[in-house]
Amino acid sequence: MATLNVLILVCLSYVVFLFAIAFAADRAALHGRGTWLHSPLIYTLSLSIYCTAWTFYGAVGFAARSGLEYLTIYLGPTLVMIGWWWTLRKMVRIGRSQRITSIADLISSRYGKSNTLAVFVTILAVVGTTPYIALQLQSVTLSFATFAEADLTSTSLPNRQSTAFLVAVGLALFTILFGTRNLDVNERHHGVVMAIALEAVVKLFALLAVGVFVVWGLAGGVEQTLERINASEIARWEVPTSRWIGLTMLSAAAFLCLPRMFQVMVVENENEGHLRTAAWAFPAYLMLMSLFVVPIAAVGLDVLPQGSNPDLFVLTLPLNAGRDGLAILSFLGGFSSATSMVIVAAIALSTMVSNHVVMPIWLHLTGGTAVVSGDVRNVALLARRLSIAGIVLLGYLYLQLSGGGTALAAIGLVSFAGVAQFLPALMGGLVWRGATRLGALCGLGVGFAVWMYCLFLPSFGSSSILPQTLFDHGLFGMSWLRPQALFGVEGMDQVVHAVMWSMLLNTASFVFVSLVSFPKPVERLQGAQFVNVFQHSATAGSWSGGLAQSEDLMIMSQRILGAPEAQAFFAAAAQRQGLAGYLPEPSPDFLQELERELSGSVGAATAHAMISQIVGGATVSVEDLMAVADETAQIMEYSNQLEAKSQEQARTARQLREANEKLTQLSVQKDGFLSQISHELRTPMTSIRAFSEILRDTEDLSPEEQSKYSSIIHDEAIRLTRLLDDLLDLSVLENGQVVLNEHKGCLEDLLDRAVAITGGGAGNFAIRREKSAEQVVLLTDLDRLAQVFINLIANARKYCDADRPELTIKTSQKADRLLVDFTDNGSGIPTDQQTVIFEKFSRIGQTKAGGAGLGLAICREIMARLGGGIDYLPGQRGASFRVTLPLNSQNATQ
Amino acid sequence: MKSKSGPVFLERRTYRRRRMIDAARLLPVLGIILVSIPLLWNGTPDPHTRTTYAMFYLFVVWIILVALSAIISRYLGPNESDEQSLGDR
Amino acid sequence: MGKKVLLIEDEPNIIEAVSFILSRDGWEVKTHSNGHDAIMAVRERAPDLIILDVMLPGKSGFDILHEIRADEDHAETPVLMLTARGQLKDREMAERAGASRYMTKPFSNAEVLDAVRSLVPQ
Repeated sequence: MATLNVLILVCLSYVVFLFAIAFAADRAALHGRGTWLHSPLIYTLSLSIYCTAWTFYGAVGFAARSGLEYLTIYLGPTLVMIGWWWTLRKMVRIGRSQRITSIADLISSRYGKSNTLAVFVTILAVVGTTPYIALQLQSVTLSFATFAEADLTSTSLPNRQSTAFLVAVGLALFTILFGTRNLDVNERHHGVVMAIALEAVVKLFALLAVGVFVVWGLAGGVEQTLERINASEIARWEVPTSRWIGLTMLSAAAFLCLPRMFQVMVVENENEGHLRTAAWAFPAYLMLMSLFVVPIAAVGLDVLPQGSNPDLFVLTLPLNAGRDGLAILSFLGGFSSATSMVIVAAIALSTMVSNHVVMPIWLHLTGGTAVVSGDVRNVALLARRLSIAGIVLLGYLYLQLSGGGTALAAIGLVSFAGVAQFLPALMGGLVWRGATRLGALCGLGVGFAVWMYCLFLPSFGSSSILPQTLFDHGLFGMSWLRPQALFGVEGMDQVVHAVMWSMLLNTASFVFVSLVSFPKPVERLQGAQFVNVFQHSATAGSWSGGLAQSEDLMIMSQRILGAPEAQAFFAAAAQRQGLAGYLPEPSPDFLQELERELSGSVGAATAHAMISQIVGGATVSVEDLMAVADETAQIMEYSNQLEAKSQEQARTARQLREANEKLTQLSVQKDGFLSQISHELRTPMTSIRAFSEILRDTEDLSPEEQSKYSSIIHDEAIRLTRLLDDLLDLSVLENGQVVLNEHKGCLEDLLDRAVAITGGGAGNFAIRREKSAEQVVLLTDLDRLAQVFINLIANARKYCDADRPELTIKTSQKADRLLVDFTDNGSGIPTDQQTVIFEKFSRIGQTKAGGAGLGLAICREIMARLGGGIDYLPGQRGASFRVTLPLNSQNATQ
Repeated sequence: MKSKSGPVFLERRTYRRRRMIDAARLLPVLGIILVSIPLLWNGTPDPHTRTTYAMFYLFVVWIILVALSAIISRYLGPNESDEQSLGDR
Repeated sequence: MGKKVLLIEDEPNIIEAVSFILSRDGWEVKTHSNGHDAIMAVRERAPDLIILDVMLPGKSGFDILHEIRADEDHAETPVLMLTARGQLKDREMAERAGASRYMTKPFSNAEVLDAVRSLVPQ
């Protein structure tokens, strides 16, 4: 009976299955399919990462040691869930409206986007979570070893360290693969969430199966089971009041504060309505998870030999009864609990580490120039991937260093108590406008220190890190500073003692410092927005723009959000303001919206810093504004209205100014039309006349000279003809009399043709293309389209002023439109010229060029006839033109 | 806070909804009380001090809480946006 | 040795034609084809006559004319302006800027020679 080998096989197939599920879910989400991905059921199941291996295996052990006390771990979250109207609803709303990425981000955003606070929370979260990850790895290795011991056929026991290492590597890989596919938190981790939901089902099913087997298989029915419980060591209800209340409160607090819970509950939340389902479904899930715990514990204590580890009853009971299949299922349940916890914790922590530690440092090191020039997106992704690997590795190292064992088993509650330190700052921030950054920092600091001293360090066992004398006589020999009897409170349970003192001192310093300190204006603004999130979904002014350069902002945003997303975002904003093109007015509303959009990718503090680097001294005016407007809501509202009005006026003025500018420019050009056309016609005629006179009047011309001069005449005559052709072409196009010659053709062939006609990549002019994307079949007037391409390539050739001129032709598809971007690496077109380049006879500067400034005007007319368009794409460094074409060109004919 | 004192009498639907919100707020309070009751049994003689008895009690409480929460959630439909300000204060 | 002419013009074929005509008439023709540093070229060559196109890359012919007139050494140098825009206001602008003579393209070769000869007494 090769149980171990079967187990390994099943385990590997399960992992492959998880990868497949995650992959499929990601793909489905990408293609907009799979509405089931967005169901409240999936959301509820994803919350089940609360039940880790510690609860899967440990609950039974907990019950075997202290009876019903284990229920507190589930009752706390149940109370929080059914009380969702109080807190969770608000947290989720804030998380969505402020585009929060992690609990560190939430706390930092609330207290004036303070990065100090974010770093502090991040460190605390990492310290609190690392042992917990170690615990998961340990549970997997331990259960594996249990199997190996039971399997008599296996000759050698698997090396525990290598098992743990393999599991850690696998988990890191999975998390990096599916957890860092998107940078923006708004695009949620569908694959990961789906895999977790599946694991939630597996672990519940496994535990229920073991429970059913124990009750009806081993004990012989419900009544017999109850008798066994009554006969066991845990028959009596004797739960200490302090622990019952203390642990329930602790688990409730941890449920709100655990970074991984925050990740699934707030960050991955798609729809606030899901919370309503989770409000009853998740407590039901928890109830089912804990239903069979006591029976399993009681029967295990009864059946299994004295001294067997109660933490593994879930596994050893079926093994002992020879039910290998059930044991493997149970193993999978534990495995699921462990892996899902590690995956989500790693995602949550890596987001915090990269957004609040790595990115600010990197931005600081690159001195802000990176905001515009560097590739922020890649750095952020890399930082996140490295953080994930680092965090999982840290868990593994912790396991190795601590040596596992019983010290680790107690870490669950220790870890809970650690993250619970966020609670005062978190809850205070949500309900109390007076809470300040300094208060939050002090509260967290004090709570963290007390937790470290009273619970975390002693958890390694007395005299391992802290010397024994400390436990006996206190710090510096002061007996009231003994870690387990602070201020002389003796005889209390260690966990309850630490939780009580840390939370008490944490809250007290938080409240006290908040009362005596004075918040900065940004803090007050954020405080008002958080506390009253339901009152104004719209926002009070924050950025006063004007100084901001929309184009710089766009360049920066493209680096972070990705070019198509940023362009879509800017275009939408411009449209809302009633402006054409891609550059909206940098109004406060827009800047704030942009900041939120960016904070989804890089965190609130970083996004704020980035925008303020571009917008410049705008923060000052916000603070001024706030100082005046913060005190009374009426004044604020009134000033908001005024501000909105004056913005409205400013915008109208800008629109008028723009229209006027364009008109003036156009009229100057129309006025110049005659002199332009005169110039364009006279220049070639001058050469023709001069050389024909030379040929006529000069007798002693050499044959070479003769042929040279006649060919000049010929060339200039052709130039004249071309000019007239263009003029005619344009007038025909403009009058809409053109007949389109539609054919089917491949975009690649068309581009090949255009490139060849314009001289290809000859000289030092390089053309970069992505042929795989160009395999698009078009039904359109191919010759006309080629004319546009030729014009654009020829323009790039002519005007690109880079040392190594280079033209990138990029093809992409968006909805039912085909986008072909022609981007060169020259100095581009100045913003004030961008609006007129498509007008007739407009040329940039007065440069001598073969054309008459009709090319782009013709292109524009052609594209309009073909049912598409051509636009100038700002913010691409060089000059960039985007040709848009409908993909099903059947209806392009007019 | 800025209370633009609303109408004194509300539509029947709105009124129902507000009471449901009250219920949603009270539910965790009820939960805390029910979950704490077993603490009173500490030190009393049998049969209350049996684990099985407490277990039954707690799981029944649990199921009741789940059911109440489900009912309340059903009535607090997704049309919450129309009176957000109520939710807060 | 003939007199020196500096031709400031950007259209290569016109440069070629004018150079051909003038050099056959015994002039020493220098050419310059952009607006930016036209004044430098004037200072360097110290020509007896300047033929200046109005539409030049970088700087308009009028601006260059202002610079030439502002320069002590060349304030008196005759300047023949060429333009492809035959409007009246261009001519007025040229005269105000201090052009000695003004010609509209296309011109006959004989006209150019006449103009040049009359501006610089041989």
